[in-house]
Amino acid sequence: MRIVLFAKRNMKEILRDPVNFFFGLGFPLILLVLLSVINSAIPPEANNPMFAIENLAPGLAMFGTAFLALFAGMLLSKDRTSSFLMRLFTSPMTSLDFILGYTLPMLIMALVQAAITLLAAGIAGLEITIYILPAIVVTMITSFLFVGLGLLCGSAMNDKAVGGICGALLTNVAGWLSGVFVPIDLIGGTFKRIADILPFYHSVQAIRIALEGNYIEILPHLAVVLGYTVVIFVIAVIIFQRKMSGDKA
Amino acid sequence: MNAIEMQSLTKKYGKVTAVDNLSLTIEQGELFSLLGVNGAGKTTTIKMLSCLIKPTGGDAVLLGDSVKERSQVIKGKINISPQETAVAANLSVIENLELIAGIYGQDSKSAKKSADGIASQFGLDGVRKKKTKQLSGGMQRRLSIAMALISNPQILFLDEPTLGLDVLARRELWASIGALKGKVTIILTTHYLEEAEALSDRVGIMANGKLTAVGTVAKLTEQTGTNKLEDAFIILAGGVV
Repeated sequence: MRIVLFAKRNMKEILRDPVNFFFGLGFPLILLVLLSVINSAIPPEANNPMFAIENLAPGLAMFGTAFLALFAGMLLSKDRTSSFLMRLFTSPMTSLDFILGYTLPMLIMALVQAAITLLAAGIAGLEITIYILPAIVVTMITSFLFVGLGLLCGSAMNDKAVGGICGALLTNVAGWLSGVFVPIDLIGGTFKRIADILPFYHSVQAIRIALEGNYIEILPHLAVVLGYTVVIFVIAVIIFQRKMSGDKA
Repeated sequence: MNAIEMQSLTKKYGKVTAVDNLSLTIEQGELFSLLGVNGAGKTTTIKMLSCLIKPTGGDAVLLGDSVKERSQVIKGKINISPQETAVAANLSVIENLELIAGIYGQDSKSAKKSADGIASQFGLDGVRKKKTKQLSGGMQRRLSIAMALISNPQILFLDEPTLGLDVLARRELWASIGALKGKVTIILTTHYLEEAEALSDRVGIMANGKLTAVGTVAKLTEQTGTNKLEDAFIILAGGVV
């Protein structure tokens, strides 16, 4: 009951901010249009499929969920600095109520965002098959990574720092090192190795493979993403619980 | 009957002792003001009593339950209006009230009824559907206290409830707080001594983490040979009149 109430409140706080709407939904769609236009301008003899819709759609589905880190982080950080959390910490709410209350709305947003982005990609030429459903679910699973990062930053930093790290830094790192904006496989070398170590490239690959319906190949990529996600979530929960039972709410 | 019993309550941060062996009893229905200069230990005391932080030593028993052992039980019986207004900015006044009522266990129907009632009681009827970030500072303070009261707490902590308000808004809030006297045990911290004088049954003065004096305003002025609480406070807080 408390989880649902708190989750509803968090959903309203985020969706009633028009800037969130733009970055969460509008921005990936704008990128979809722009990059599709760029793709159509690339001559076939260039043999560069990086902006081909079957590569672009999973990339943008992942990239859209990167903004969840910003939403979750900003909300949590503002709740801390405005003492709203202090008020709730004196209530009978448990740490599980808080963690799930912050996480659930983000996952719902990830589902909706992924569905809209992939369906919009259908308009841009992506073949819409039944595999779009598992791709949406995989996008939601990979979005846990960003929700965890948001909760981690929101637990530890003020809203300005969260804006810088989860907004400017993370979205850029996630964009460049996932292969959404640059052909990582083509570049290869150190750049590819770094992308391989980090989870963003693997998130996109997992969504892409889900769209192709080749589930066995998803597992290695999902394992990397989930490994990062578990570690980040554990650290976020520890820091949050320390704030909850600690001296500086 | 006692609402709060503090026994050698202590909080240390490393080598710094923020609250030092505080022993104090507050009766049910009493409005008790905790005064002190910045860093005296008031907010730390309130945080320990409201189960936000754990004491390093000693204990406090609220309505029969120890803050060390039964904090979850205590949390259902208390509420707080923090120093900052602590409202959900993008939610309306009524949504904020219903949220807190629900968190304290009221079902949807009861929460709506409670929210309507307390919004009327605190003069928030005209702004029921307004987002709280659009409210004036005075209105936000009123809402903050209404949110603290909607759970029908037996003990209410008001941490500088009129900070930053103009004189009219402050007097309106005094009236609202005064109307609660005798019904709810209230622990008030404030830097406005006239506020403590106007509202309190008893006053406690803290300096360097210790409780230096406790009593009615009349008793404290008599004790210090002064005419005003402000002069008594300066002496008891370690200053010079």
